[in-house]
Amino acid sequence: MELFTPDFGLIFWMFVSFAVLFFILWKFAWPVILKTVDSRADLIDKGVEYAQSAKEQLDNARQSAQEVINDARRQQADMMREADKIKTQIIEQARSAAQVEAQKVMDSAKMQIQQQQKEAEQQFRNQVSEFALEIASKVVKGQMEDPKAQKKLVNTLLDEIESK
Amino acid sequence: MTRYISILIVALTALFAMPVPVCASAHDESGENSKIDPKEIIFEHLGDGYGWEVPFDHHHRIPLPVIVFGSDGLHIFSSARVTGGKEYVDGNTTFKIAGKDSPHKGKVVEIVDGKEIKPIDISITKNVCALFITLILVAGLMLWLANYLKRNPYKAPRKGLGAIEALLIFIYDGVVKSTLGKDAPRFAPYLLTVFFFIFGMNLLGLMVVFPGGANLTGNIAVTLVLAILTFLVTNLYANKHYWKEIFWPDVPIWLKFPLPIMQVIEVFGIFTKPAALTVRLFANMMGGHMIVLVLTLLIFIFAAISPAVGAATTVVSLLFSIFMLLIDVLVSFIQAYVFTMLSTIFISLAQQHEEHKEKAESHEAAVAAHATK
Repeated sequence: MELFTPDFGLIFWMFVSFAVLFFILWKFAWPVILKTVDSRADLIDKGVEYAQSAKEQLDNARQSAQEVINDARRQQADMMREADKIKTQIIEQARSAAQVEAQKVMDSAKMQIQQQQKEAEQQFRNQVSEFALEIASKVVKGQMEDPKAQKKLVNTLLDEIESK
Repeated sequence: MTRYISILIVALTALFAMPVPVCASAHDESGENSKIDPKEIIFEHLGDGYGWEVPFDHHHRIPLPVIVFGSDGLHIFSSARVTGGKEYVDGNTTFKIAGKDSPHKGKVVEIVDGKEIKPIDISITKNVCALFITLILVAGLMLWLANYLKRNPYKAPRKGLGAIEALLIFIYDGVVKSTLGKDAPRFAPYLLTVFFFIFGMNLLGLMVVFPGGANLTGNIAVTLVLAILTFLVTNLYANKHYWKEIFWPDVPIWLKFPLPIMQVIEVFGIFTKPAALTVRLFANMMGGHMIVLVLTLLIFIFAAISPAVGAATTVVSLLFSIFMLLIDVLVSFIQAYVFTMLSTIFISLAQQHEEHKEKAESHEAAVAAHATK
């Protein structure tokens, strides 16, 4: 069969053609193409890697920023609470101090009033007793002209003292 | 790109369907023989020739140079001088194309004392010419791509060039790199050249008119050369471990001494690999061409019986031919891919080290799976 017997001429030319093609491509095409393809693949790989790491970093940064914000919030809340506490405390203290002061003022006022009252009473009394004594002495002077009456009065007074 | 090729092939198939009736009628008019000899036509189309057929005309061919080393040296002349049974006298030597009943049927022979002697024939036949066209095409495309990549190293090409680059990366990354690993840069130039050369020849073979139409990869000489090249690359670059596996494999001692059973099998295996490569590509491509030819010839066989049957067969045959040609586009790619892949695997098997044994076994399994396919 003609189909199954390789023809010498074709074998020869096939060798030649392949050699020529291989030489041309090996010299001018494959080094450039393969180098470019490889380096481009590398570049893409690196780009993907870089993007991934950048994303990771960004995520980390975002997370840490969130943490910082949360921390600040917590601190702020703590401080507010603290301030609130201090405020109430201060108010409480002021209030009690004011109360004490007021009490003191009131007490002293009371005492003064009492004292003044006492003094006034004492004065009044002294005056009253003076008036009374004056009146009495005037009355007594008028009545006690008579020694009998004097005696009687003394007796009455003595009885009174005794009965006390 | 494949889509355009498919469209092109469909268009060309339509074109191809037309010239044949013209040829047939030409046969009738000349009155050579009105009976169709399918075997003759099929083998003529599958085989080689000294001229290139032109559409719509079966008698005139583009003449190609005949180069022969006769008994008295080199002779170069146009094939037009010997076609149609003419004898051509160049110097003291007479040449003609051997007739149908000669053992050198269809070849240029030298007539010495009335006897036909086959000279050393390195004529630029149709197949050789197609080979050159493929060479120019593949080299041109690759140089174009290289030039583009040299100018824009980090820019992926678009459209046609992008398709070529995608194909290249598919083979380079998917086949060569993944199988050979760090040895890939050493063998990639050979393997990629093989892939694109075969793919180009396959596709050009499917085109029915001038730049294509030669049944190149369906010719055993072409596939034989490619297989021999893979054989040479495999064995010349093989490492010690490969030869040790052949001549002193890791098997029980009685299998290799005193009777070298394993050695015989292994040495046989060295030669069956290229043989399998040769036959696989040759048979697949030739089969595809043959089916399309047979389908087309069915029209004329049935038309000889009755015109009505012939007309019906025309429609069916044409549809089937188009279908087969589309399948052949796929087969063109698959066979180029398989040849490259098997070459890669054979080379990688000769590059294995001890620690890669398991990997090698899985490769052999893959090879076996493909062989059965």
